[in-house]
Amino acid sequence: MADAKIIPLPVPPMPASNDFASFLQRRLAGDYEVDDFGFDAELTERVFLPAFRTLYRDWFRVEVSGAEHLPVDGGALIVANHSGTIAIDALMTQVAVHDSSGRFLRTLGADFVFRMPFLSEVARRGGTTLACNADAERLLKAGELVGVWPEGYKGVGKPYSQRYRLQRFGRGGFVSAALRTGVPLIPCSIVGAEEAYPMLGNSKLLARLIGAPYFPLTPTFPWLGPLGLIPLRSKWLIRFGEPIYPADLAVDADDTMAVLDLTDSVREQIQATLYELLAQRAASPR
Amino acid sequence: MPRVVLVTGAAGQFGSRLAAALSNDPNVERVIAVDLRAPEADLGGADFIRIDIRSAVLGKVLADAAVDTVVHAGVLSTRASVGNRSAMKEINVIGSLQLLAAVQATPSVQRLVVKSTGSVYGCGPSDPALFTESDQPDSPPLGGWARDCVEVEGYVAAFARRRPDVGIATLRFAHAIGPTVQTGMTHYFRLPVIPIVLGRDPRLQFLHEDDLLSALHRAAIADFTGTYNIAGAGAITLLQAAGLIGRPVLPVPAPLFGPVLGVLHQAGVDFSGQEVEYLAYGRMLDTSAAERSWGFIPKYSTRAAFDAYVHGAVEVAGATLDSTAAREADHG
Repeated sequence: MADAKIIPLPVPPMPASNDFASFLQRRLAGDYEVDDFGFDAELTERVFLPAFRTLYRDWFRVEVSGAEHLPVDGGALIVANHSGTIAIDALMTQVAVHDSSGRFLRTLGADFVFRMPFLSEVARRGGTTLACNADAERLLKAGELVGVWPEGYKGVGKPYSQRYRLQRFGRGGFVSAALRTGVPLIPCSIVGAEEAYPMLGNSKLLARLIGAPYFPLTPTFPWLGPLGLIPLRSKWLIRFGEPIYPADLAVDADDTMAVLDLTDSVREQIQATLYELLAQRAASPR
Repeated sequence: MPRVVLVTGAAGQFGSRLAAALSNDPNVERVIAVDLRAPEADLGGADFIRIDIRSAVLGKVLADAAVDTVVHAGVLSTRASVGNRSAMKEINVIGSLQLLAAVQATPSVQRLVVKSTGSVYGCGPSDPALFTESDQPDSPPLGGWARDCVEVEGYVAAFARRRPDVGIATLRFAHAIGPTVQTGMTHYFRLPVIPIVLGRDPRLQFLHEDDLLSALHRAAIADFTGTYNIAGAGAITLLQAAGLIGRPVLPVPAPLFGPVLGVLHQAGVDFSGQEVEYLAYGRMLDTSAAERSWGFIPKYSTRAAFDAYVHGAVEVAGATLDSTAAREADHG
């Protein structure tokens, strides 16, 4: 494929043990910084990303294409398809963006995330904030790379039989956020997450018990207990598409019809790329 | 520029310091400080009058002294000085209503400054990362001081319609902290073991007590109007704060957290607002409007304000946990 390229990455040296001890000591003494959104760049760089990177490289063998479409600086909104029962695709996209551009991806999460103890705090430290226009526009105005998965629960919690079929793209809120802040939209297509946790069924009763939007039943979960949480070893492809510049479109953020049209065209572009990537994956040896 | 300023809540920690500071300001001719209680602190050159703002005497004071600026710093944040919550609510809500009625009837008053709180936005999991002044709360405060402030702001809005000639500035402050201020929050962080909500590490935002005072002072003598968030720049998390003050934390499951804080009332942790929710979800204020419109930037960031509290509070914390003794230490 034409636009695939391998970018050599400066691999951060593993902290020496006494370096790590001083890091830990500093963390415990509260001597670190979080931003207004609760994002902790140091913790993300030194703890979260290395942990996800292991899964990214060795388990899912993620291949990234179109990394040249990620801007070197300034705000941009990355719009991606959502799948895989739990939002592991968002984590892998964070690694992909960081390792191809050196920038942190700030993601937008459902309010369910912020209702859950532990999850809410880890999410904030890792750069996630609530998916609402106020937060999205604030981050974009500050020149951040923001990631959004507009299908929400409908995408991540859909059954395996509907894999790679995009759901409705919300109400176009993400498009108006990009239009208002004048940043480009970057379509992002992710293949592989659907097979990591194939959702065969959904227990509405258990979902209601734990207050979750759905409760997944996969071939291994919950039958194998914690072992069922290990994702299947699917092969992943992530492609960043060509940026869509709002200035070229002359669409008014308050023109609902035009916003919905643009939302649909982004969705169709991602869907088309998904089929392309699926064909590419089927053709190439694993 | 004001000639005669009346400050309510003059026995309070901020009312007394504000009255003293304004009395030293060459722009101000006279400061009248009123409160139900006699102030312990020195009010400088301010004239103290011990009155109840709920009484008719207030209107007479306003008219006789030809007061032109009223600073309402009398909304109580704790029940410590009045005994119980219903007395506190009575003073806060009915007191403010009566004060505004008296001001409405006094033509000489041309400016009103209201000390409110960022707690009026409430806090919950569906809040935006930062609140701007026009945001409607998603999880509004249901009781306590924060609720009182919501009601007071409502009365102020009604007052604004009836006296459009009066310039009104409402300041919504983040939690005040610093070497001397005593609040439920400052006592909370002085506990030998800090209880936190299990699985939560909220973003907290503080305002240094000197910055709070200078914001009120600026508002009293300037002529800008509107509602403004005032807070130190940046955030610290609860675990970070505990680390900075060097105290261990005790994670408590969410349903038990309220009752645990209730037990800690004895140690001066008087949380009458929405602090239980605050310590679970946190809250941040967008302070850009105050900077844009009247150039106000607090000297201390949230982190610097907390550091000032930690380093200033060492002796007090070492001596005792009892709130009265701590307050004496503060004044002595």
